[in-house]
Order: sequence, then structure tokens, then C-alpha cells
Amino acid sequence: MSALAIFWFIIIFVVIFGYFVLDGFDLGVGVAYPFLAKNEKEKAILRYEIGPVWDGNEVWLLTAGGALFAAFGPAYATTFSGFYLAIMLVLFGLIFRVIGLEFYSRDLAPKQLCDGLFVVGSFLPALLLGVAVGNVLAGLPLDANGDYMGSFFALLNPFALLCGLVGLAQFVSLGCAWTAVKTLPGDLHDRAVDLRGKSQIAVVVLFVLATVCYFVQVPSTMAGDLPLAVPGVCAALVVIAFLAELAFGRKGEAGDLPNFLAAAVICLGLVALTATSLFPNIVPAVDPANSVTIASAAGSDVGLGAMTVILCIGLPLVLFYHFLVYRTFAGKVTDADLEGAEY
Amino acid sequence: MDPAMLARIQFGFIACYHFLFVPMSIGTGLIMAIEQTRAYKSKAAEDIAAATFWAKVFTLCFAVGVATGITMEFSFGTNWADYSRFVGDIFGAPLAAEALFAFFLESTFLGVVLLGKNKVSPKFYLASSWLAWGGSLLSALWIIIANSWMQTPAGYTVEQAATGSKAVMTDFFTAALNHSTLPRYFHVVVALIIMGALVAVAIGAYHMLHSKKEFGKKALRVGTIVALVAAVVMMPAGHQQAVEVAQQQPEKLAAMEAQYADGPAGMTIIGFVDEESQEVKAIEVPIPGMTSILISGDPSYEIQGLNSFDSGDVPPVGLVFQTYHLMILAYGLICLWVLLALIATVKAKKGKEPGKGLLKALLFAPIFPIIAIQTGWMCAEFGRQPWIVYHELRTVDAYSQAVDPTELIISLVLFVVVYLAIFVVFLRLFFHLAKQGPTDADRKGTSVGSIADKLAGGAKAAGEATAVAEGAAAAKEVK
Repeated sequence: MSALAIFWFIIIFVVIFGYFVLDGFDLGVGVAYPFLAKNEKEKAILRYEIGPVWDGNEVWLLTAGGALFAAFGPAYATTFSGFYLAIMLVLFGLIFRVIGLEFYSRDLAPKQLCDGLFVVGSFLPALLLGVAVGNVLAGLPLDANGDYMGSFFALLNPFALLCGLVGLAQFVSLGCAWTAVKTLPGDLHDRAVDLRGKSQIAVVVLFVLATVCYFVQVPSTMAGDLPLAVPGVCAALVVIAFLAELAFGRKGEAGDLPNFLAAAVICLGLVALTATSLFPNIVPAVDPANSVTIASAAGSDVGLGAMTVILCIGLPLVLFYHFLVYRTFAGKVTDADLEGAEY
Repeated sequence: MDPAMLARIQFGFIACYHFLFVPMSIGTGLIMAIEQTRAYKSKAAEDIAAATFWAKVFTLCFAVGVATGITMEFSFGTNWADYSRFVGDIFGAPLAAEALFAFFLESTFLGVVLLGKNKVSPKFYLASSWLAWGGSLLSALWIIIANSWMQTPAGYTVEQAATGSKAVMTDFFTAALNHSTLPRYFHVVVALIIMGALVAVAIGAYHMLHSKKEFGKKALRVGTIVALVAAVVMMPAGHQQAVEVAQQQPEKLAAMEAQYADGPAGMTIIGFVDEESQEVKAIEVPIPGMTSILISGDPSYEIQGLNSFDSGDVPPVGLVFQTYHLMILAYGLICLWVLLALIATVKAKKGKEPGKGLLKALLFAPIFPIIAIQTGWMCAEFGRQPWIVYHELRTVDAYSQAVDPTELIISLVLFVVVYLAIFVVFLRLFFHLAKQGPTDADRKGTSVGSIADKLAGGAKAAGEATAVAEGAAAAKEVK
């Protein structure tokens, strides 16, 4: 297990964290869309607050997929083929979502269908990505080639489903927190704050249940090598960030942005908890000899070196692009933004 | 059913489908950027309207490209797990680079093009149009790098791993810039530009036949100029790739001309291959050894025939032969239609009305680049068979063993149903947009409006609803 391989193990989870926060809030907006928006204008505001950024946010998922493929090819192969039908549902969700969002405004577009596609398309990944992570944490029955030997329905075990719900609640919480940041005082803002509070409580309750379930359901051989204190610190971070969410949630509008950032810290805690619980495994197997580990899956030093150069050039550019687009569309969504004809 | 075959059918279907929208968006992206530049310079209302119209065309195609592109990246893991285990060290890097260098660039500036018109300076807006297009060209480069490595692998060694053999990178630049990368990139990009240009020609011709004649003339002219340049550049672009194939993948070249025995090869225009009897019934170019001439300049240049290879190592001859010749045939028709477009453009320039028949013929122009692009890609990929990585890994050894045929059939059926539904809706929206042309709202330079357009409508509707409700309340009070 080279230092470069460990570095890339960390980078993969950093990219997943980036995806979790950024696409997290726009997936969350999609899931919460029917609950937050009660009329055409409010729906328009919700679409507008993610309109210029959702595509870039989703690229984090492609980056994570590409980086996993490049750095730990066997881990990419095992998880994507093992979760075949689940991944297909995520993919169809993402396809529906793009179509729902991008076709909506076109002449002749079936509006209600587009709305439905947007919501369903946001819901499927928001739920299933957590289920996938739960199954990785719980370990998989793998053969010597690294192929998953279980059935699709075995993936729907209690721990994995709880992880899916934690993810779903967290996505909704991010979506509501973002909506609170982007909307002027009014009904929409109030509903976002209300659902934000509820979903944030749901996250922590489900998180506790999932943790209990982990210790009950998952054999201890699936856990990685790090002392329990390390994932313990990550779990503590989740709880502390939750308390911060509660505190900021009471501060009214001034607390909206800090609340969103606290929700982002929860993502950090959850991703770090996953990484530290797995290390040095990437996909633990029921038969430990078949586990996909950092050492067994890592690419060559030349390959990882090339990826590191690509990362060092690419990541600053990506951050710069994000800075540009978020600055361009900074501030709350106003009527002037919505009045396309007034441009 | 054979899982390897099912996986191939699924991948072929989603790749061909995706590769309808990629050429449409990259091709029309150039037209959009040109029109944005014109609008930036002239500040004329008609030019702004035209630029907005082209941005709408570009973004509509782009949206389906994005939606169907995610599937592609995940398909290597979902359907080709053993392939991924073999090539991860090399093939993953260009995919990650594509996301970092190209997709972020595209998506960021596309966001500005779509919704940022009143948020940024005109100069920044114009730069965003070019950068969104530039991002799409970069993504094409990275994906061609990845695919070319499958065709002509380089910069690697094969090592034994716990899960079988795997390719290990020895040199990044040798792997990325393998023998076929640049020839293929050149060929593909020129083809995509022809695609977009002929879409402009057809849309221009349509509006010259209908009421928006001035817009039609401009679209026709831009399309014709770009198509003319690109169609001429295609000759060296196609030629150098054929030479590259001859040198690097002789089995593919032999299959393209169905050359079974060693010897000089002629060039077929149209024909039929009987793979059993190895007979080719064909109409040939009347110059003997034409293919040999094109490759080497010498009509007696010997091309290695298919029979000199192990019979298990040759591609499906009939498919490669037919797709190759369909591509060439479609290119011939492209050239013919570019000439027709040129005639119409010159007539219009002289102030004469081009004939209705001529303009109607031009409406069909985009069909030929679609055929050429699709069959050309098929020729490249069928021609690589039976290898998934040329001379290193066979396609039958590369699919996901964890995925059973039932799951494959479920996903394949879903893809067909969902993609066809999207196609129907897309065509409806696209034809409506193309026939409508630039609108009055576009003249004001409104946002392109993936969302914002409707927002205006939605907000108005909401306002009316409020007014109605207020009116009702007032009426009640009066009572």
C-alpha cells in the first residue's frame, strides 16, 4: 500500500464529499420540490436557484466515477457491476432529472410530466446512493474475481436501507437549507425553514438508528483497521454539526447560510465516517481474502502519478469555475431574475 | 441469451444514441458561437435574436447529450467489469480528465449562456459561448483518447494480478497520444462541424421558404461556408485516418474493402459480401488498385488479406464493409448537398430567389452527416472486434460476470423504452424550435431560458391568479 495509493483513497472521498454537498442540495431541491412550491412562481424560483449550477454539481459524480475507475479500477468494477440494477435506477433517475429540468421551459414541453420527472429523477439517486454506501460498509459476498454473488434483493437489507434514508434526509436538508439561503422572506422561505428543521432532526435520528444497526447487523470483520476512536471522532462531528444546525436554525435569516454550511459539515462527517470505517478496505468481502483493498486495487505509480498531475491542474480550475458561477448568480432569487423578458 | 452479446447490444445502442446528440450539440455549438460573435459586434436586434435562437438549439441538444452521457461513463463498470479491471490504470485517467477539464468548463459556461445574460457583461457572455463550445471539443478529445487506446494501445505493459492480467501504464503521453488518437480526433471533429453546419443549412432553407427570409439567408450562408470548409478539410482528415488504419489495424482495413487474399486492393462503391464463400459482388471505382493508391500512392501496393490472419482474429467482414461504404456514400452526398447549398447561397447573395425545389432539397441536408457519423463510428468499433483492447483483451472476456442475463434484459428494455420516449419528445421540441426560428422575445435579447423563459410566463400566470383571487375577495366584500 503506497503513500500515493492512500492519497488517492482520500481524494476519492474528498470528491464524493464535493458531490454530496453540491449535487446534494440540488437533488434535495428536487425531492422537496412538491412540498416546498405551491404555485408556478415558487416552482420557478426553485428551478432557478439550481438552474445554472446543477450540471456542474453533477460533474462531481462523473469525476468521482472516473477517479475511482482510474485509481482503483477493481473497486469501480466490483461496485458498479455488483449494484447493477440499483445503479441503473440511479442512472435513469439522473436522465429523468435532466430531461425534466431542461425540457420544462421549451415550447410544447409537457410541463406536468417534466415536473414529475424532475422529482422522481431526484428521489431515486437521493435514496439509492446511500443504499449503495450502506452495502459497501456492510460488506458484500464477493468471489475471487471480485464479482458480487448475491441477489438484488439482498442489497435491500435493514442497515443499507437506513443508510439510504440517512442520505435521503440529508439531501432534503441540504436542499431546504439552500432554498432558505436563496429565497426572500415569504411563504416559500418559511416552508423551506420548516422542512429544513424537520429533515435535520430526521438525519440525526436515522443516523443513530443506522449506527446501532451497524453494530447489530454487520460482522466486526467488515470494519477496517483503524481504531474505533477514529470513526468515532467522525461520528461526533456529525452530532456537533447537528447541534450547530439547531443553533443557527433559531437565528432567523442571518442563520440561513451558517445552517447550510453546518449541513455541509454533516456531509463531511458522514463521508469521513465511511472512509475511516472502511480503511484500508475499499469494498470489504464476506470472505476477507476476496476484499477489494487499497493495496489490491490501486493503479500503478505511473498511472496514479499521471492522475495526480491531472488533479493538480484540474482541481484549481474547477474551483475557479465554481467561484465564477456562484458569484455570478449570488444573492437571493428576485422577481427581476424571473422576468426573463426584462433582461 | 449470451451475456456478452447482450452487453454489446446494450452498449452499442446507448453509444449510438448518445452519438446522435453529441454531434448535434458540438456541431451547432460552433454555429451558436459564430452567431453570438456577430450579435456582439453588430448589436442589431435580428442578430441578437438569431444568436439566442442558436443558443436554444445548442442547449436542447446538449441537454440530451448530458442525460445520455452519464450512462456511458458508468457502463464500463456496470457492464464491462472485467474490462475495467484490465484497463482501469489507463482508461480511467482520460475519463477523470474529461470530467475535470471539459465537463466542468462546459457546464459552468453553459449555465451562464442559459441564464446569465443579464448578470454578466456582453464580453463575458460572448466568451462563455465560446468556452462552452470549447469545453465540448475538449471532452471529445479525452473520449477519443480513451477510445483510441482500445484501438491502438500504447504506453503500457501487461502484468499478472490476483484477478487475472491487467494493463499497467508505463508512460502517460505515449498512452494518451497513441497512434490513432490525433488522426481520429481530427476526423471526428471535422465530421461534427459538418453536422452542425448542415443543420444550419436546413434551418436556413426552411426559413427562406417561409416568412423569416432574412434570418434564413444568414443561417444558410453561415452553414454553407462552415460546411464547405469542413467538407474540403474532411478529405485529408479521412485520408490520414485510413492510412493510420492501414498501418496499425490491417485486419480492419482488409475488412473495410473485404479483401480476403493478399494483394493490391481496389475501391468498392457499393457491394455485397458473402462471408461464407468469400465472394464480393461490387461496383468498383474504375481505377485498379484505388485503395492501394490512396494508402501508399502505388497501385501495386500489397494489402494483407483477411485469410492471412487467424480466422478467430478477424472482424465481422460484412458489417465493417457495409458501414464503411455507407459512410463514404454519405460523404459523397454531403459534398453534393454542400454544392447545392453553395448554389443557393450564391443566388441569394446576388439578390435572386433560390428555387423552391432547391431549398426543399436542402431541408434533407442533416440526414447525410448523421448517417456518415453513425456508420463511421460503427465501422471503427466493429472493425476492432473481436478485441475490446486490440490484440490484448477479447470482448467475450470483458463483460460483467456479476450481471446475469435477466438483469441485462431488464436494463436493455428500459433503455430502449426511455430513450425512444425521449427521442419522440426531443424531435417534437426540436422541430418546433427550428420551424419557429427566432421570436420577438429573442429580439429583446431575453435569456435563453432553460428556466427563465417559463419563469416569466409562470410569474405572469401567478400574478393573474392573484388578481383573480383578489377580485373574488373584493366581490365578496361588496356582497
